[in-house]
Amino acid sequence: MSEQATPSANVPPEQEPSTDFVVRLGVAQRAGGLVVPVLTAVLAFLAGGIVVAATGHNPLTAYRGIWDGAGFNWIFHIPWNTNTVNLDAFNLSQTLLTTTTLILVGLAVAFPFRCGLFNIGGQGQYLVGLIVANWVGVSFASWPTLPHVLLGIGAAAFAGAAWAGIAGFLKATTGAHEVISTIMLNWIAIWGGQYLFGQGGPLQNTYNTAAPESGTVVQSAHIPVFWGNPVLQGLDYGIFVAIAALVVFWLILNRTTLGYEVRAVGFNPEAAAYGGINVRRKYIQAMAISGAFAGLAGALDMLGYLFQFGVLDVQASQIGFLGIAVALLGRNTAVGTGIAAFLFGGLLYGTTRGLNPSVFDPSLAGNLTSMIQGLIVLFVGADVFVLYIWNSRRKLRPRRRAEAAAA
Amino acid sequence: MADESGSVLELQGITKRYPGIVADDRVDFDLRRGEVHALLGENGAGKSTLMNILYGLTKPDEGEILVGGKHVSFSSAKDAIESGIGMVHQHFMLIPVMTVAENIVLGVEPVRDGVLLDERGAEERVRELSQQFGLAVDPTALVSSITVGQQQRVEILKALYRGAEILILDEPTAVLTPQEAGELFAIVRSLQADGKSIIFITHKLNEVLEIADRITVLRRGKRIDTVSRQGATEEGLARMMVGREVLLRVDKAPASPTDVALEVKDLQVVDERNLEKVRGVSFTVRRGEIVAIAGVDGNGQTELVEAITGLRRIASGTVAVRGREFEGHFTPRMMIDAGIGHIPEDRHRRGLVLEFNLAENIALHDYDRPPDSKRGWLYPARLVQRAARLIKEFDIRGGGPLTLARALSGGNQQKVVVAREVARNPVALIAAQPTRGLDVGAIEYVHRRLVAERDAGRAILLVSLELDEVLSLADRILVMYEGRIVGEHAAGAGEEEIGLEMLGGRKEAA
Repeated sequence: MSEQATPSANVPPEQEPSTDFVVRLGVAQRAGGLVVPVLTAVLAFLAGGIVVAATGHNPLTAYRGIWDGAGFNWIFHIPWNTNTVNLDAFNLSQTLLTTTTLILVGLAVAFPFRCGLFNIGGQGQYLVGLIVANWVGVSFASWPTLPHVLLGIGAAAFAGAAWAGIAGFLKATTGAHEVISTIMLNWIAIWGGQYLFGQGGPLQNTYNTAAPESGTVVQSAHIPVFWGNPVLQGLDYGIFVAIAALVVFWLILNRTTLGYEVRAVGFNPEAAAYGGINVRRKYIQAMAISGAFAGLAGALDMLGYLFQFGVLDVQASQIGFLGIAVALLGRNTAVGTGIAAFLFGGLLYGTTRGLNPSVFDPSLAGNLTSMIQGLIVLFVGADVFVLYIWNSRRKLRPRRRAEAAAA
Repeated sequence: MADESGSVLELQGITKRYPGIVADDRVDFDLRRGEVHALLGENGAGKSTLMNILYGLTKPDEGEILVGGKHVSFSSAKDAIESGIGMVHQHFMLIPVMTVAENIVLGVEPVRDGVLLDERGAEERVRELSQQFGLAVDPTALVSSITVGQQQRVEILKALYRGAEILILDEPTAVLTPQEAGELFAIVRSLQADGKSIIFITHKLNEVLEIADRITVLRRGKRIDTVSRQGATEEGLARMMVGREVLLRVDKAPASPTDVALEVKDLQVVDERNLEKVRGVSFTVRRGEIVAIAGVDGNGQTELVEAITGLRRIASGTVAVRGREFEGHFTPRMMIDAGIGHIPEDRHRRGLVLEFNLAENIALHDYDRPPDSKRGWLYPARLVQRAARLIKEFDIRGGGPLTLARALSGGNQQKVVVAREVARNPVALIAAQPTRGLDVGAIEYVHRRLVAERDAGRAILLVSLELDEVLSLADRILVMYEGRIVGEHAAGAGEEEIGLEMLGGRKEAA
């Protein structure tokens, strides 16, 4: 996939490696692959369909309902009616709003993955970013929009980076496993958020002290909406930040020395150390960059459409965890994460508020989302198995080819 | 020996293609009753593919298999076993927690009372077989408790128990000590005397001349020739294997060392468990000489090399490169910049990032400086350009700059490492077991290269477990035993004396 591509155009023709399709597919498989993620998603949807059928509903109708609920049908209604009074257009704008968040929390998992680290702390880093963005958005009321929004986004990204950086630092200095420390940092963020927004908390609103909720972000810190009605949660410019983050992710990994180091450490820390790379420093840097992505997600949500967050919201929020499924399905690549985020965005919105209740009971559909999410994580986790079945022949090939070529 | 008795096995025109390559190209092979027929070829010559076809693990695209004159077609190893073919793989397929007898009868267990395993009967049968062929092994011992050599006998017994008349031994000596290899040869002869026919796969020339009656040489999927042992020479076989003259002896002029490039003083190193691994080692290596460290594995050589290259913290002492002294904590980066090149003993674990392509692997020490990168920005095209140049210069085959390192053969992978280290023009080149696991052609290449680099004025520190290699390459030999240098010899020193020192002989005498 894109991540592995070193520009073949620059290869002198006589050194051009074998480019037959199977070879390239093999490279793609090792890099992140095409077949497995697609197979994984299909299997997950099939399994979901069986469950739907078991409840006495028609799976096709249900999936059609989710499809429409996600606004995907809008794409096929040409000429496109961009007015969000039109339900399809509105649904799609909401799906894209969710996609924005999912891209960033997905990148927050994908980036450290490339360095051999598993960041389970996306949720905590997201919350930290959200809290800091809320604080910036409530304060500095006299600032003009652009610097105010940029300050909010920047501060949140920085806070997220620092938060995740703690786990990276602990890993580098004491060897503490990042899975454990990021999980614990999640809880600190969750309880910290409940304290800060709770009654008597430093970030509680000043106008209704009975409500355990944050203050409301002032108008100047709102990210402007470009599609839909700002009052009805229109789609803001944050999605372009997320798309830019995908590009940045790709650039860092493939066009910077840092990315080279991160990938080297991710593939083989011993060889990286032998090459002269400071492996411990890479752990800290990879986690910090990951946290910046998650913190950014929190900021875009807070300044894009939430504007306010309550203690109950802190408890209920789960979106950071979805980043794991997004990254896994996207095989930790930029393009893959983008596509997986869009898929999950549609699934998430299309099974909840976007879903026509007469088609399929939303409470049941919401569970379907969780189930498909779980199945994807399960299948991706078991991709060794999926790959084994798919590749049992092909696995042997590169080796034999090499053997013969070497003779 | 049994030349008149006709073929028990014939392969005719076997062809197997994989995308992009032909693993076996119309290969003919025949095996006579009671003979040892060696299949000789470099890694990737098509030996394994051919045997996998014979053993039913792979289907040929073309060609015929005849067993006892009858056409057969195998779709699984089970079919091959039923035709009396047994295979002993290079990597054993035994269950460590089960006994020898249980492993041998697995899948074809003798049964009593309809359902129960007849353990006594199994042991009896195994004992009979092992006596018949001189395969001494205790049927009641757990596989996990016996030596590698004995495990191999269990594998052979497994095949015999299933009625094998034809035995395929795949690189059987690769895992054995020289003594165990000698025992294996005795077993092979006794099997032969009993009328079994044996295919002996190897790339070691001396073994072939010791054990085989006839030798078939494969190169790049083609059968080059089948010769009888009488009249065959190592040089002749090597030429057939590699396709050109091979210098089995390293050809080198006497060294003319100049100034000191690498100086190690009183170096002490401890391992993770705080055990002293290097106990006060001092030596110098001058430009233009090869200093070899001989020793049995595990006497501190690995730790010594890791310490000199900055990969392992030293406890005390100093390392000086071209007079620049390092002590205390120094990093690999510092040593690389000081002018040390390092061919690590394990190219998979350390020498290469197997999932990186060759361009990325070749840039492993230089990715963070111009022209590879500037202010943190990497220029992959430049990595590719340099890699393309080095691939040509060092004759790396099997791929281009964008090929993953994993896809290359061992010899070519090692060439990538050598190319990377040498191209940086180091003052001192540390080569740790640089020919481990390589075949004849690749070994020759590495040896010649090391001598060439010596002649180009580099200081070479060679660490090797192979005494032959040390003796043929070194200008000076240091013997390491239990973390100390216990002997120093000039080139041309006697094998006996060094061998004794390697085992601590001299220390005890002193």
